[in-house]
Amino acid sequence: MRRAVVLALLIVSPVLALDGEPGMHDPSTVVLQDGRFYVYATGNGLPIAISDDGWTWRRAGTLMQAVPGGKPGPDVLARGGNNTWAPDVIKSGDKYFVYYSAPGTQPKSAIGLLVGRTLDPQSPDHKWEDGGPVVWSDGVEDSNAIDPGVFRDPTNGSLWLTYGSYFGYIRLVELDPKTGKRLYPNRKPIDIAINSEASIMIFRDDWYYLLVTHGSCCAGANSSYNVRMGRARKVTGPFLDNMGIDMLQGGGKLFLGSGGRSIGPGHFGLLDLGEGVQKFSLHFEADLDRGGISVLDIRPLLWRDGWPEAGANLTAGTYEIESARTGTALEMAVQGIPVGGPRGRGGRAGAGGAVGRGGGTGREDGGAVEPIPSQDAAQMSANWPAGAVDVRMSPYMLQAQQKWTVAPAPNAGGYPGSPYFKITIAGTDRALTATRDGELVTAPAFTGAAEQLWRVDQLADATYRVMPKAVPDSKEPLVLSAVGSSTPTLARFRADSDRQRWRFMAP
Amino acid sequence: MTVHRTILTSLAILSLLVRPAATAKAPDAEGFLQRWMILEPIRVAGQLTDNAVQTLVKTAHFPDQFTVVPRDGDSVKVGDANLAWHTVDTARYNVNLYHFAYGLKKPTSNVLFWIVTVVESRREMSGVRLAIGSNAASVWWVNGAEVIGIYNDRQTVIDDGVSKRLTLKKGQNVVRAAVVNAGGATDFCARFLDGDDKPIRRVTVSLPAPSP
Repeated sequence: MRRAVVLALLIVSPVLALDGEPGMHDPSTVVLQDGRFYVYATGNGLPIAISDDGWTWRRAGTLMQAVPGGKPGPDVLARGGNNTWAPDVIKSGDKYFVYYSAPGTQPKSAIGLLVGRTLDPQSPDHKWEDGGPVVWSDGVEDSNAIDPGVFRDPTNGSLWLTYGSYFGYIRLVELDPKTGKRLYPNRKPIDIAINSEASIMIFRDDWYYLLVTHGSCCAGANSSYNVRMGRARKVTGPFLDNMGIDMLQGGGKLFLGSGGRSIGPGHFGLLDLGEGVQKFSLHFEADLDRGGISVLDIRPLLWRDGWPEAGANLTAGTYEIESARTGTALEMAVQGIPVGGPRGRGGRAGAGGAVGRGGGTGREDGGAVEPIPSQDAAQMSANWPAGAVDVRMSPYMLQAQQKWTVAPAPNAGGYPGSPYFKITIAGTDRALTATRDGELVTAPAFTGAAEQLWRVDQLADATYRVMPKAVPDSKEPLVLSAVGSSTPTLARFRADSDRQRWRFMAP
Repeated sequence: MTVHRTILTSLAILSLLVRPAATAKAPDAEGFLQRWMILEPIRVAGQLTDNAVQTLVKTAHFPDQFTVVPRDGDSVKVGDANLAWHTVDTARYNVNLYHFAYGLKKPTSNVLFWIVTVVESRREMSGVRLAIGSNAASVWWVNGAEVIGIYNDRQTVIDDGVSKRLTLKKGQNVVRAAVVNAGGATDFCARFLDGDDKPIRRVTVSLPAPSP
């Protein structure tokens, strides 16, 4: 994070990204406590942002408001300076540790520790104690001690801190899980990467992954920030990219670069929601739909060939919704009409001429063939029942009752990364609806009721889990499930099953 | 597949025969029901669309077609034809209706098969599902309630059509189906799934004894 000042930004935007007040820079890992999401960011006093659902965010003061003296402790100020940037947070036992950058004139800087027992600013227990500086850089050595990233090794519970920013190395030290301070303060930090910042580690399947941010920040739409990664068999490295280049020599496989209308991703943080649903937080240096300000975002985390991959939150559009288990497509249970209208059995003969069963669609006279228009609900709906209609699955044949329009439901809230969606038969208001008995129906109209609001989370294999906000008279979370090739239902999610995995395909 | 009495010899050539035992028959290891009563095929137009099949199966072909639990050897009159019910055991997960009809020297294309079985449960079981596959279209009832309809030209796929959650009564539960075939092979399979979608084996099939 190379910048003199980064403004804490407050915005309200109706566009399809995080809602509310997501304007921030250098977000920490997003942490869930008692059903509420918390994130901290660069800014005066370390701004707090809170969300009740992971979608709509609001500002809630600063961390330093709950620190005695309202600023970094004297030892932190002596080792670094009176800035508060780029924090990270982790729970260890019954405590929370916040690590934050306290730079003076870079690369003279320190990383300070705050220790608290709750993240909730409304709690009488919301107090943060100064834990002093954990690591620092003297302004000459090959290190710039900012941008902490804290990691718990799931294999043994050990705690580690990575830090650094461009001037010299990304470094690694082990922490004491009881105090949050260095476990071996006299040991020399381990150099693990170079030419990067915003480092953090994650672990999966016996691999340690080091994610860092390359490029430059803090220049709005001219920022070249992008997230890179390497992996190692040991927490201490060496971290090599997919081409075998050590991150100490500048290696790094791209995880996420700019795209769409979002420029300069950086500051990766893992948000593991359990049951195999993983997301990551980050900021974009410039959201072109929000005046080019820096914003928090949350996206799905996928895995492919042993590497993490940035997924995509579902966006509004019209889709075939296909079961990963059966390959059949969700449809309103009405009699389908072939696209282009019914025709006789045949079709095995191509341009080469009719064989056996008849000519089908092949033209033997060499004349021009005309395109068949797509089928839509306006053509077909006169024959559809007016009321509620069952939902089933069939081979996808581009028919009107098989195309679903997915659109954000207005003012319905959301979940980490996305708003709730309404899912309707394209061209109609017939809405996919969860029923009291844990089944599905296409209701004649969208009412905005919870059983018509759908959460769509992309899973590690790029398929999606589809879940109603609520099932009437049920407290059990249920998801769309292919219980048979022709039969969808609602069932408990099982991460090891294809039954509850769906693809949203271009229609 | 085994067929009691009349077509046993004909089907022997297919090496699929086991004479039905008098005792109740449990589902196989994967829960598939293997004992059925099948009516000799009714000639129909063989249309397989939703509306055509629904219209066909709701047409009265013989008395009490939605309630009768026939005995092996019973016969009904459909139009000018006298058609008999046959008890069938299959050694496989599915029941091959083509073999059934072929063995009887009956038509196999453009036909409607009515099938019935009685599933006995020692206790009430809620949240279960009937799960079937059929070639081709079929409509299914459990204890008189229509629970599954699958349509169009299709092959038998295990757990293709699955009912919504239903309750199996303690005692006898009547499972009834109408399978429509247009041409070629025709068969079906059926089992019950529990609340975790696991096959149910804690039931038996016990059909009425043959008519004297």
